[in-house]
Amino acid sequence: MNVNAIFEAVQPFLLPVLFAVVIVALLPLVAGYIVLVERKVMADMQVRLGPMRVGPHGLLQPIADAVKLLLKEDIIPESADKAIFWGAPLISVTCAMLALSALPIGPFFQIADLNVGLLFILGVSALGIFGIVLGGWASNSHYSLLGALRSAAQLVSYETSAGMAVVGALLLAGTLSTRGIVQEQSDVGAWFVFVAPIGFFIYLVASIAETNRAPFDMPEAESELVAGYMTEYSGFRWALYFLAEYTNMIVVASIATTLFLGGWLRPFASTPFFNFLDFFPPVMMLGIAGYCFYRAPIQPVQLQKLFMAAVGLLCVVMALILAAPLVAPAGSRLAAAKPGIHGAFWFLLKVASYIYVFMWLRFTFPRYRFDQLMKLGWQFLLPLSIVNVAGIAVALTLSRTLGWPRIACFLLTTVLTLASAAWLVRVGEKQPTGIAAEGEFGDA
Amino acid sequence: MLDSVVFYIFAALAVISGILVVTRRNVVHSAIFLATALLSTAGIFLSLHAEFLFIVQIIVYTGGITVLYVFVIMLVNLDVALHQVQFNRQWLVALLLSIVLGAQVAAALALSRGSLYSMPVAPATQLEPNTEQVAWSLFHTYMLPFEVASVLLLVAMIGAVVMSKKRV
Amino acid sequence: MVPIGHYLFLSAALLGIGIVGVVTRRNVIIILMSVELILNAVNINLVAFSRLVGSVEGHIFAIFIITDAAAEAAVGLGIIIAFFRNRETVLGDEMDILKW
Repeated sequence: MNVNAIFEAVQPFLLPVLFAVVIVALLPLVAGYIVLVERKVMADMQVRLGPMRVGPHGLLQPIADAVKLLLKEDIIPESADKAIFWGAPLISVTCAMLALSALPIGPFFQIADLNVGLLFILGVSALGIFGIVLGGWASNSHYSLLGALRSAAQLVSYETSAGMAVVGALLLAGTLSTRGIVQEQSDVGAWFVFVAPIGFFIYLVASIAETNRAPFDMPEAESELVAGYMTEYSGFRWALYFLAEYTNMIVVASIATTLFLGGWLRPFASTPFFNFLDFFPPVMMLGIAGYCFYRAPIQPVQLQKLFMAAVGLLCVVMALILAAPLVAPAGSRLAAAKPGIHGAFWFLLKVASYIYVFMWLRFTFPRYRFDQLMKLGWQFLLPLSIVNVAGIAVALTLSRTLGWPRIACFLLTTVLTLASAAWLVRVGEKQPTGIAAEGEFGDA
Repeated sequence: MLDSVVFYIFAALAVISGILVVTRRNVVHSAIFLATALLSTAGIFLSLHAEFLFIVQIIVYTGGITVLYVFVIMLVNLDVALHQVQFNRQWLVALLLSIVLGAQVAAALALSRGSLYSMPVAPATQLEPNTEQVAWSLFHTYMLPFEVASVLLLVAMIGAVVMSKKRV
Repeated sequence: MVPIGHYLFLSAALLGIGIVGVVTRRNVIIILMSVELILNAVNINLVAFSRLVGSVEGHIFAIFIITDAAAEAAVGLGIIIAFFRNRETVLGDEMDILKW
């Protein structure tokens, strides 16, 4: 067994393992900074400034939070089931990170391009429900159990609608492999959000419910259930649940980006007329760098001035990395890396916008009551998603078998699906909700 | 070589999880070990190049049925049950019968001529896409059982809802 | 690579464990879980043979078995919940309403 033979055997696994290590190592940091971004966005929408103390403009806040959580006392309730209490956050985090393994960040950054990639992600997200239910159970407290059961019921309800919306996009793509789906969007020339907009809307709503975000966050609402299934968890165990929730957000945003928003393709990827859009990434990074340098002298403390200037320099370096493949001579290694680097940039930009929409919705809408939530999931979203799948199938058949122009077919089915959505809303409004409705079916 | 190692690991996991499902006192622990057993079976399916079944096993069995079991366990759990006798009075007879059954199957396998047929080894680049094959077969040859299965699921859904309502 | 006999032996082992569970335990929920184990054993058997023969029929049969197991688990658990509401027990020995 010489070194060559060992290397041959191990070689197909090296790159995926490297990507996996990078993702697992960077994910807590990224999740921490998404928390900071959320607090800043919340502050912006509430006309205040948010965390400003730790580091310039609060940029070191996640590090302070992480240190605090790591140093907290690890409290386990006396009558809790210790093995399950220990294992439940692990299940949540593992399933959330596992789902990231089948998602392509660029044409070359993917851990595993499974043939059944999309179904794998859906299945692993379904496994994440276990972590929540077992966590609530193991805490041996009423609030936790109720919160866990409510959360699991909500997740199961919206999982079906999300799956149907995904199936709608899969019909258009014709393949389950995530790389193939983006490839198909590139071939068709249009992102699937323009071909099946209602599917995107259904997936948006269902994914907000899947990640327990407001306005669907009744299971973890502080005013109703303390913190739901996370009540008895403190310190690093709570941080694991939190990490799992934000990783789920990233996963769901990545799925939506891959399926509907074109993955790593830039806008108008197949049209050579729009090639000037290739210069947008470095220009945007230079703009951010310029803003940092502009604000650096205004900072009150010397250390903060230096930090701001350092952040500006970082943005300039990013702009240089993004611009390098564009100015390199065609045919060199650097120019060949353009799809990889720019693809990663566009993908991350789209994921960031999707997560920004999540945060926007969180701070704008009031919370749904639990029975309203379930009613919405089962009586509006599920029938609409089934009609959506049927509509897309009909449109595809019409355009492939009868030869009608594709725009006409998809416009027709979109209009029909919108009409059925309006009908569902009208039917839903005629039923009384709340306490008045309980007399007919319940035994209250 | 890697194939057989993966199979033996998953097989060992499945058997150990199965034994733990049947012998745990706490029902929630049994449910968790059931999930582990089902995931090991999914791994065995994957090692047999049955990708679609691997996924369906995870989504339907582990992600759906096991969560359903855990829900029901939480609804019917009694602390009293933890201290009661867990096994029947006939457990010794049952164990002996199972061992005899297993020994019979093992003897039949060992004495037959074909039990050492190995699995066909296909190079990875020539494997047909399994999902497409399954879909083609399911929607062409086995269309009627497919429709009957959907009716079965509808009936089961209605039955479960009716069973679980408070006042029928 | 792996002889078919090893797959069959694994399937038989899981079948035996499931049978022991069904016949021996008193808690009805664990009996249902053992039935799921038995169905899984059958699935492994089917898929192993399907791979040996090279056709996809075994996979189709296994899909139908999984569908069936889901339906049966749902209805069975519904029955258990309904019975529990009446008698406050989940032990099979105490479910003797129909005995004279």
